[in-house]
Amino acid sequence: MEGLISLAVKAIFVENLALSFFLGMCTFIAVSKKISTAIGLGISVMIVQAITVPANNLILNYLLAPGALAWAGFPDVDLTFLGLISYIGVIAALVQILEMVLDKYFPPLYNALGVFLPLITVNCAILGGSLFMVQRDYNFAESLTYGVSSGFGWALAITAMAGVREKLKYSDIPAGLQGLGITFITAGLMAMAFMSFSGVKL
Amino acid sequence: MGLRSFFDRIEPQFLKGGRFEKYFPVYEMVESFLYTPKTVTTAAPHARSYVDMKRIMTYVVIATIPCILVGLWNIGYQVNTAFETLGPSGWRALVLDTFGIGFNASNPFANFLHGALYFLPIYITTLVVGGIWEVLFATIRRHEVNEGFLVTSMLYALIMPPDAPLWQVALGISFGVVIGKEVFGGTGKNFLNPALTGRAFLYFAYPANMSGDTIWTPVDGFSGATSLAIAAADGYQEIIARGTTWMDSFIGVVQGSIGETSALACFIGLVFLLITKIANWRLVVGCLAGMIGFSTLLNVIGSDTNPMFAMPWYWHLVVGGYAFGLVFMVTEPVSASHTNLGRYIYGALIGFMVVMIRVVNPAFPEGMMLAILFGNVFAPLIDYFVVQANIRRRARRDA
Repeated sequence: MEGLISLAVKAIFVENLALSFFLGMCTFIAVSKKISTAIGLGISVMIVQAITVPANNLILNYLLAPGALAWAGFPDVDLTFLGLISYIGVIAALVQILEMVLDKYFPPLYNALGVFLPLITVNCAILGGSLFMVQRDYNFAESLTYGVSSGFGWALAITAMAGVREKLKYSDIPAGLQGLGITFITAGLMAMAFMSFSGVKL
Repeated sequence: MGLRSFFDRIEPQFLKGGRFEKYFPVYEMVESFLYTPKTVTTAAPHARSYVDMKRIMTYVVIATIPCILVGLWNIGYQVNTAFETLGPSGWRALVLDTFGIGFNASNPFANFLHGALYFLPIYITTLVVGGIWEVLFATIRRHEVNEGFLVTSMLYALIMPPDAPLWQVALGISFGVVIGKEVFGGTGKNFLNPALTGRAFLYFAYPANMSGDTIWTPVDGFSGATSLAIAAADGYQEIIARGTTWMDSFIGVVQGSIGETSALACFIGLVFLLITKIANWRLVVGCLAGMIGFSTLLNVIGSDTNPMFAMPWYWHLVVGGYAFGLVFMVTEPVSASHTNLGRYIYGALIGFMVVMIRVVNPAFPEGMMLAILFGNVFAPLIDYFVVQANIRRRARRDA
């Protein structure tokens, strides 16, 4: 249990997907203009992350890993080369379902997220989460924790970013830097503030 | 009145259509530095107050004076004490020798002058380099050079280690002023504290010159760890064991950055800022509560492996940059939260974070700088949730 808590803290703050790995930057920068939309997207990413990482963990351990197919009578089969395509498949299917659910039950959020909702499919933070899970050999409980908390960390980062950007509406940014330029600088400065956690050993 | 009439005579040259129209911000800076600005609000509504930007910024600079005095004396004292065993070295020793001031650590005047020889090069570099950026941006972007820069440069110089290489000082203030402030449009439009942005940039870019045991007393061959570094290694009792009492730490006779060692001097500044209402007391209360609460909690939890868990709040208060950050940076109105409830939360977040970084994060012995930057990042979000809660409450009440 203690291990899971420290894994969660680590995934949220120390190894924040957005601000220390800079994953998922396209949506991070594009959908952080308004706090309410950012929260919506953050929650969606968190949900997708919370389901795909453990789901991919099951797929890895019962279908793909060397010897995983022993239960079906193929102890020598190693299907890990199918890893990437299976993870992406799971993510794509899940995002599709999420999109339909949002369209039916939360139409304003669905409209606000627009094209970025299907784009969660190719959000590198999501695939990154699954690949980190593989690389670090998480078991099922760990991958569930990692999925939820890394998604939460990403959501926290994009919400803070949206807060800062709403504040920056009142600032007077040089013409050449308006829009993306200043957002990149802001993301960099935020990452510097998040450095306060780097080095924490849990 | 010669000067005033001189200004009146040359002013048309700088106004629209004049020969030096481009350099109006420079003229405006010098003029409003020397005289009260003539412009007053013309359109309604009128709120009458003597407190303008110039006065606010000047008050903050005044509030740093105790820190400067104690800080300069302390550097001189530390260096002169080290000289007693290691012998004088460096160009500063030469200057002091030439004027016959000597290196007597019990002579406050000699200490103070020696400290000034460390502080002034840093401060002048900061002013010149930062000033050039400030004027450059003001001229091109046609805004005024703001008195806020005086505060930024003073605070920045005070959180430098005394031995910081001057080119790094110049680089740091450039980063702080340009990336931390001017790209957002100048004073009041930034979201991070510019002085801290520059300092943090240096900290991550040149850790060898910005942290460690040899930089705080700039004498060759001398090594003196800051109290926090000692406490992180061996627990806070070790600070006392090495001859630094709580009182020493409170008054500021310890290793540290130029202006941050003396909690007493900072609190004198705090009283001044609170009386003049420049600093918002809610921020201070929040930050104290967060720090005291979390450090007490850690005291109760305890740890066998990490001696910092046992450090009580009154030690956290006086060591490192906590007091300086609390007084001059947490209370900075631009980067803090703007709602009253938000101010408590923002302060508490910083207080919590500073203890968290000091105790839990072995990479950084000091946490105030990063804790404040972290607070800055979340300040707008805190405001947003406070405002939303207020809207919901009102909607319920009026429903």
